[in-house]
Amino acid sequence: MDPHIQSYKKLGGVLGVLLVLTAITVGVSRLDLGSLSLWVAMVIAGMKSALVLLFFMHLKYESWLIRGSFLMTIGVLALFIGFMFWDVAFR
Amino acid sequence: MGSHQDTVGARIGMWLFLYTEIMLFGGLFVLYGAYYRIHAVEFIGTGQELDMVLGCVNTVILLVSSFFVAASVTAVRRNSTKGAMAFLAGAVLLGGLFLLNKYFEWGHKFHLGIYPGSPGLGESPPGRIVFYGLYFTITGLHAFHIVMGMVLLIVCIAMTGLGRIQKERFLLLENCGLYWHLVDLIWIFIFPLFYLIL
Repeated sequence: MDPHIQSYKKLGGVLGVLLVLTAITVGVSRLDLGSLSLWVAMVIAGMKSALVLLFFMHLKYESWLIRGSFLMTIGVLALFIGFMFWDVAFR
Repeated sequence: MGSHQDTVGARIGMWLFLYTEIMLFGGLFVLYGAYYRIHAVEFIGTGQELDMVLGCVNTVILLVSSFFVAASVTAVRRNSTKGAMAFLAGAVLLGGLFLLNKYFEWGHKFHLGIYPGSPGLGESPPGRIVFYGLYFTITGLHAFHIVMGMVLLIVCIAMTGLGRIQKERFLLLENCGLYWHLVDLIWIFIFPLFYLIL
């Protein structure tokens, strides 16, 4: 039995940061950043998902097997996305 | 049942399932990316037709519901059955509210004659047709996941009430929670890609 019971206070704090990041991503989207805006939105979405994964989904406290296989999945997806942009860019 | 080995195996199994879900939505996001490169201007123009405020409200709803589900695990582990059931019921209610918003959102679009294969949409530029095609596919598939997640959370409420989920045995709740969080996670990417692009 793992001893990691997460307190309500900590979970609430994570929720607070998630809501602040949501406000930031909405605010930034109203600025005219050109093609950069999609990347900024994706970086903020990545930060939000990291918080959900680490604390709500307690990936922070999981074994190396789950953490490693998760990173591998994201790596494969990143490879797909990378190859797709590579392909589309040189048409 | 409930031995340490079982817990580890069930968790790995759940995560393996979540990886397939990540690839399912990931594939659709790859499709979005490819079409965004081709139709960037039309994607940005069409994205402004979506209701950003409703998108924001639904984002907040899912984030709070995810917090409720995470809190329910803490409640069970602190032996607070009633607390856990209340948190889960809150999450289910928020899931219902999310779907209600989606109903109004889609209903409004249908009213305007925007739905897959509609005559009005057919006359639009290709980028607009593709954007709405992806919008209905991805948010529709996501809404289906919300429905399934709500069913799982309702099962967890019943099992908690029956004492089948308790302080020493909460694996089912954890795994159903993981599913709900994943559905929230996917929305975290859907929201900026469809509602915020400028």
